[in-house]
Amino acid sequence: MTNRAELIIESRTENLGVARVTAASFASQLEFTVSEIEELKVAISEAISNSIIHGYQNEIAKITMTMEINHNQLVIVVKDQGVGIKEPAEAFKASYTTTNDRMGLGLTFINSFMDKVELNSELEKGTVLKMIKSPEQIKKQIN
Amino acid sequence: MVNNEIIIQGGNVMKLLFEKEANNLIIKLKGKFDLHTAQYFKTEVNNHLEKNINGIVLDLEDIDFIDSSGIGAIISIYKKIEKKNRKIAIINVSPILRRILELSGLLNIIEIYNSRNKALESI
Repeated sequence: MTNRAELIIESRTENLGVARVTAASFASQLEFTVSEIEELKVAISEAISNSIIHGYQNEIAKITMTMEINHNQLVIVVKDQGVGIKEPAEAFKASYTTTNDRMGLGLTFINSFMDKVELNSELEKGTVLKMIKSPEQIKKQIN
Repeated sequence: MVNNEIIIQGGNVMKLLFEKEANNLIIKLKGKFDLHTAQYFKTEVNNHLEKNINGIVLDLEDIDFIDSSGIGAIISIYKKIEKKNRKIAIINVSPILRRILELSGLLNIIEIYNSRNKALESI
């Protein structure tokens, strides 16, 4: 099965819940457990929060979340056109942060709860975060 | 008992219930604990931190979502009261919440207890 959907939101914290519920609803087309859906919601919350705080630095602009299902794999891409990250590779290090409020845990949670994460960013152009997750029971069947 | 509630458009809701027992502050949290509600939590808890408060018990039974912004808000309160040699304890944590708290490292500094009485004894 393949399917695709896109959600465009303003970078307001009010929209965090909208993004989480939308991603969870889309993901329910695959056989994720309740725990896996909860993990996905945390990852989405962190990704959108990063765009709001770091990308747009609390200014209001557009965040795009693209959701795709392809061969039992959920692919979610969160994109902003904010300030970007100087050294994207550094951002994956534990406790990396440019502000103190979230302890640098955002990408740690995303890495822990998703199977694969890719971060592409360019200063003054924006950031694209790609996250991939498959249901555990599908991975077991393949192995 | 003091009842503080915030209702926010977009479905993100946090409700805080404050109760004082033997100079300890028991805070029951309800709803979603994320970037949208973290500042509200910090402001309200700071407003309730009287000089004679010995410690804080956070009851997370009705928290149905938490992310790093929520954890950051708890750590911010911990840092503030720890300077005055006061303690925080957590009770009523669901398995998924426990996993997130463990992963964050929060449980290295704040303990989870099985009951309100045990938490009150510890602080």
